[in-house]
Amino acid sequence: MLTSYRLRLRRRRLRLRAFRKRREIEARADRTAAIRPADILLFATVRNEGVRLPFFLDYYRRLGVRHFLIVDNASTDGSADYLAAQPDVSVWTTGASYKRARFGADWMNRLLSRYGHGHWCLTVDADEFLVYPFCDTRPLAALTDWLDGCGLRSFPAMILDMYPEGPVDAVPYSAGQDPFEIAAWFDSGNYMISRHPLYLNLWIQGGPRARTMFADRPEQAPSLNKIPLVKWRRPYVYVSSTHMLLPRGLNLVYDDRGGEKPSGCLLHAKFLSTMGEKVAEELERGEHFAGSREYQAYAEALGSRQSFWCKWSERYINWRQLEILGLMSKGNWA
Amino acid sequence: MSGVGFVMLVHASLDRGAQVARHWCDSGCPVVVHIDARVSAADAEAFRRAVADLSNLRLAPRHRCEWGTFSIVAATQAAAEVMLAEFPQVGHVFLASGSCLPLRPVPELLGYLARHEDTDFIESVTTADVPWASGGLDTERFTLRFPFSWRRQRRLFDGYVRLQRRLGVRRIIPEGIVPHLGSQWWCLTRATLSAILSDPDRPVVDRYFRRVWIPDESYFQTLARRHARRIESRSLTLAKFDFQGKPHLFYDDHLQLLRRSDCFVARKIWPRAGKLYESFLSNDPRVTKNADPNPGKIDRLFSQATERRTHGRPGLRMQSRFPPNWWERDRTLAPYSVFCGFAELFEDFETWLEKTAGGRVHGHLFAPERVEYAGGEASYNGALSDSAALRDYDPEGFLTSLLWNTRGERQCFQFGPADRQKVTDYMLGDRNAHFSVVTGAWAVPLFHSGRPFAEIRAEAARLQAVETVFVRRLRERWVRASARIWTLGDFVAAPVDPLQAVVDEVAPRGQRRLTGLPRMRGLAGFAAFLQRLRNDGMNPHMVGDFAADPEPGLRPEPLRQAARS
Repeated sequence: MLTSYRLRLRRRRLRLRAFRKRREIEARADRTAAIRPADILLFATVRNEGVRLPFFLDYYRRLGVRHFLIVDNASTDGSADYLAAQPDVSVWTTGASYKRARFGADWMNRLLSRYGHGHWCLTVDADEFLVYPFCDTRPLAALTDWLDGCGLRSFPAMILDMYPEGPVDAVPYSAGQDPFEIAAWFDSGNYMISRHPLYLNLWIQGGPRARTMFADRPEQAPSLNKIPLVKWRRPYVYVSSTHMLLPRGLNLVYDDRGGEKPSGCLLHAKFLSTMGEKVAEELERGEHFAGSREYQAYAEALGSRQSFWCKWSERYINWRQLEILGLMSKGNWA
Repeated sequence: MSGVGFVMLVHASLDRGAQVARHWCDSGCPVVVHIDARVSAADAEAFRRAVADLSNLRLAPRHRCEWGTFSIVAATQAAAEVMLAEFPQVGHVFLASGSCLPLRPVPELLGYLARHEDTDFIESVTTADVPWASGGLDTERFTLRFPFSWRRQRRLFDGYVRLQRRLGVRRIIPEGIVPHLGSQWWCLTRATLSAILSDPDRPVVDRYFRRVWIPDESYFQTLARRHARRIESRSLTLAKFDFQGKPHLFYDDHLQLLRRSDCFVARKIWPRAGKLYESFLSNDPRVTKNADPNPGKIDRLFSQATERRTHGRPGLRMQSRFPPNWWERDRTLAPYSVFCGFAELFEDFETWLEKTAGGRVHGHLFAPERVEYAGGEASYNGALSDSAALRDYDPEGFLTSLLWNTRGERQCFQFGPADRQKVTDYMLGDRNAHFSVVTGAWAVPLFHSGRPFAEIRAEAARLQAVETVFVRRLRERWVRASARIWTLGDFVAAPVDPLQAVVDEVAPRGQRRLTGLPRMRGLAGFAAFLQRLRNDGMNPHMVGDFAADPEPGLRPEPLRQAARS
């Protein structure tokens, strides 16, 4: 009782906070009037992702995302101009601190509550690519229709770090290219899971980053659990990145009686040649989580031209492979 | 009389409904459409315009349909009355929905029905004999009253059901009615349908069914039993339901599967499955030809989906399957063997076991410094790391992952009091864990270590304390793991039978007779070593009764030779 009251207060505070930040983001191209009632929307915060954006937009257009709502955090590579020129993208720009906006979550919450209500909303980063059961034969709307039919409001997709066979900067990435032609490998079975006692979500760590960079301090390894797809209602908020939500019922995306609920994966195309620049810049800005310790570790790894690849690395084929390996599940969708 | 007429109930995706209605009309079958009164006037008008040119299509008087209530039956009755009155040539009436799709050409259906002129195709089973509903109400559908909406007034619905159960209220079922249940989708003969609709008792029967739960699955199914001449208790419509009783949807990628069905109509089709509509709305038998009907394949697909949702894959922990430890009897994927003390007593136990019994034999997976995978690997299947810190962060997950990643290969590993003990209780509660324990074997490496005696004594005391707790827990009643326990004394006195048992456990179908034994470490002077510990006040009781002077025949070297010869 006390806990649920506390969580309600916390949710209110987060919503208020997102509301206060509304003036930090300024509309650069507002095409939200074109959003129709059943459209699937995508929300993202980007910074200097110009080289990734063409493939990113293309990938999600093909899945059936109808409108993109993107916050550009002071890009200097012309990302904002590129986005503003797209017919199905609305762009907001901000020069404010990413860190003080709780790593962009406040901006996302603001846009979600303003435009997301009643829509299926996908909140991802520019290097995250959603894979869900039957994604090669069924559009995203098939999934969201089915989730609606089952009365499910949220859909989990854990981060799957993808990496190339050699050092991350060995093969250059060019705009429009499928990043998984280069970063084709992943770790299939070294994930550590625990349950958050308060928010009830699963906390997943592991993968190549834990294996190579955090082997001696696993508690600091990055979180991989995400709930990116939500049938949004105004009272909802993301608590920390898209790892968990309030009200916490939205986090119960797993079965705790032995069954399997449906889930997907977010293929993470972070470990590409574009990374070196990014790491140097982010370290200077210091705008990332926990004193950017993750980025310090990246810098060390990059400096030594270390590779994530090991002989047990698995080469990505399709969603069925991920399903068989037990990284995601069809649930009872057939 | 021959010919089939379709009664079609539509409430959503009206454009698809219109498309299918047009197909049937064009094939010469009359269609009567009931549009749910909840559909907006604009959408209904659009539908009307879309089918305005079809001379053999009629619209039925509209009812507001709510799932689980009599309104759906009322709508069906109204539409069926229109059908019977307006199309006297119709011999069979086929009930379909707006999300149905014909799987076989209309001429095939006509031919089939012409061969079965007097037969009513309606699934109809008694509640007493068959558990029809997936979860929830069965017989009580007929004996309780259901005035509240399940969708909108769930609490009132549940509360009223509870109240009636507590008060022991039972409705009286009208005379001549034997409750039957079955699929909502049927194909009845004109004779049976007219008899049901023009029955003089109909007001009484209807009044009764108005308060029955989900009457669309029981009204016609019950009354057909009363009026039909010949019932074939199955539906010509392929409809699959999931574990919550919701219909499964068909998508474009089910095309081949549906081609092999032997049903005439399928539901529900996802409205945007364009390829299915394109392929099946055709009377060309080549397009829809069931090369080799195999309806079992569809059944399997959907029962597997239900199985996956309700039971999942045992031994898998992942983002959407995370049962608590106490829930599962098999916490891991496959049986595995845990050896305590064997690697301490024998010099080459791991290689010997791998050679003799097969499987994968690891060292101490839970050693404090690093994970000792077989062959000293730095990483293992699934890219598991050998970092002790990563392993100790989630030892249960580590073990579960290892067994999941090595599917199809028997895993064996060493475990002992010198290892990290955090994982012990998890293994003890796992039916897949098979322990073979030689207690007190930790004393053997200490005996050979050559370390200062004070250190040895302290270490021996520590290991014995840990092992004592471990063995005590191993014998507790809640333990699901199997265990074989020998003291070092007993084991050394007669090692062949225990080793044979161990090999049989790892390779159960192997039927292997031992052809060689592992090399035991030298135990000359071991009795004196134990006595010295005792003299120093540290009784190594876990070692058991160790013969003061091992008989010559049991010394390691001769034993090996004896076994070879």
